[in-house]
Amino acid sequence: MQRRMTREQLRDKTRQLRVSILKMLYEAGSGHPGGSLSAIDVMAVLYHNVMKHDPNNPGWPERDRFFLSKGHACPALYAVLADCGYFSIDTLKNLRKYGCILQGHPCMRHTPGVEVSAGSLGQGLSIAAGNALAAKLDNKAYRVYCLMGDGELQEGQIWEAAMTAGHYKLDNLCGIVDYNGLQIDGKVEDVMNINPLKEKWEAFNWNVVETDGHDVLKLEEAFSRADSCKSKPTVIIAHTVKGKGVSFMENNPSWHGAAPDKDQLASALAELGA
Amino acid sequence: MRIVDLNLDLNNIKMKPTRDGYGEGLVAAAEKNPDIIALGADITASVRVDWFRDRFPERFIGIGIAEQNQMGIAAGLSLAGKIPFVTNYGVFLAGRSWDQIRTTVCYANLNVKLGGAHGGISVGPDGATHQALEEISIMRCLPNMRVIVPADSIETRKAAMAAAEIYGPVYIRFGREKVPCITSEDTPFEFGKAYCVREGTDAAIIACGVMVYESLVAAEALAKEGISVMVINNHTVKPLDAETLIEAAEKTGAVVTAEEHQAAGGMGSAVLEMLAQNCPVPAKMIGVMDRFGESGDPGVLMKEFGLVSSNIAAAVKEVIKMKK
Repeated sequence: MQRRMTREQLRDKTRQLRVSILKMLYEAGSGHPGGSLSAIDVMAVLYHNVMKHDPNNPGWPERDRFFLSKGHACPALYAVLADCGYFSIDTLKNLRKYGCILQGHPCMRHTPGVEVSAGSLGQGLSIAAGNALAAKLDNKAYRVYCLMGDGELQEGQIWEAAMTAGHYKLDNLCGIVDYNGLQIDGKVEDVMNINPLKEKWEAFNWNVVETDGHDVLKLEEAFSRADSCKSKPTVIIAHTVKGKGVSFMENNPSWHGAAPDKDQLASALAELGA
Repeated sequence: MRIVDLNLDLNNIKMKPTRDGYGEGLVAAAEKNPDIIALGADITASVRVDWFRDRFPERFIGIGIAEQNQMGIAAGLSLAGKIPFVTNYGVFLAGRSWDQIRTTVCYANLNVKLGGAHGGISVGPDGATHQALEEISIMRCLPNMRVIVPADSIETRKAAMAAAEIYGPVYIRFGREKVPCITSEDTPFEFGKAYCVREGTDAAIIACGVMVYESLVAAEALAKEGISVMVINNHTVKPLDAETLIEAAEKTGAVVTAEEHQAAGGMGSAVLEMLAQNCPVPAKMIGVMDRFGESGDPGVLMKEFGLVSSNIAAAVKEVIKMKK
């Protein structure tokens, strides 16, 4: 278990994690910065201040579970897991390279702390719901978290899973939508509109919490509201900015799946004060 | 090679659907192991999972009509130590949720069991949409997946029970209609181990599912013409029992494969891929030849699609000619 961090410590932590993400993507030469930078604050708050977990015992049966459904944001997950001590920070520089435990998309058999393999979008919420159902069957107290992309919500399976979680009143399940508004082809609302989002989740019998996905205190409060909601699963619609923290990446869909070059990395790190 | 004397009277044989064997096997496995969970897909009684549901209501989870989600739910359950059995018609189970099976279940080698019902053309009147003819191909190509196609109801029960004991994904294929019970309680069933149900020297028929029975009928008819044919029950399509199959090919010098499935990519393909590299002999395949099924009486369809004993016997004669 990690010690809880103050707001200032968390903010400093997310800045460091952004630096980690950018450096590992530069070393890899490919990967997905935009969605990693939009989701990192959510993950940092979860792993540092919300979830019960033990980096020395990744299979601890009582741990809270985090399922990354938008698998391409794994640089963010790897940065957090390394920071928590699941594996060495040094490993990050070998992301996507042959023989490294850090695959281009998450693989649970390669990487300690990765709860499930992902990369084919739309599958994580079903897995999380199945895991939450198992906790109910066994009267276990652990909570299950699932981070989805907003573009990912175009996948029909997400809504099949949403229906199931609502039907079985999985109040031990908390979904998070990284609502950055962009996907590869452009704006989500132009490519295939997913709105009205809050109403959709409510119609599937979910408790909905909307918050600023970069404000660590508000996120913590949102997770606390999810925890206290009974008889319904909760989804946190986290309003985020794709590429958050690096001015030239922010709100630019072309940074969905491109690594920074040397100069871009330098200017990004300068912005982050690293 | 294990040789099993079935003590059969081919003219007086009990009939039972393999789906019944699956339903019995699921209950029997669940009685032994409290971690077994069954998922429902709105066709619970049709695939005989109602027997489990009625016996263990607290371990039955209905998912409705949502195959992709059903597979993900099963994956999530398995990650918490459960042994979920996902049962559905093979076309939807293997086809509709193939990506979920590939990327979530097989990639991570999750302990999820797949019961593929309504395998084969013998599904009958429901027609092509419900006749699973491609599942063996698309399941066996997945790393970590195991595939069993039992010969009859009793063997299907044993296969379901065996699947529960194996760690990792297993696909069990079974059918809708009553088929001859050729094995008995005493017939040894071992996952991954093919066995000889009739000895012979001129050719070997390597069969799975109901085609084992059809092959026995063909071998009996050929014996009357002085042709000696070996019949192998190759119930485990993956992993293949290469040792037994190579021995069959070596002893007879000619092989016919027989399955109620597309010839392309199925059990016969698996066997011939292996034999071509280890013991190449003349071969013929009995299966569905690159066409979709149709509505009709199961017996009529089996004849129409060339999946009965007379087709197998003809293939045996051809393959023996190829030896010379």
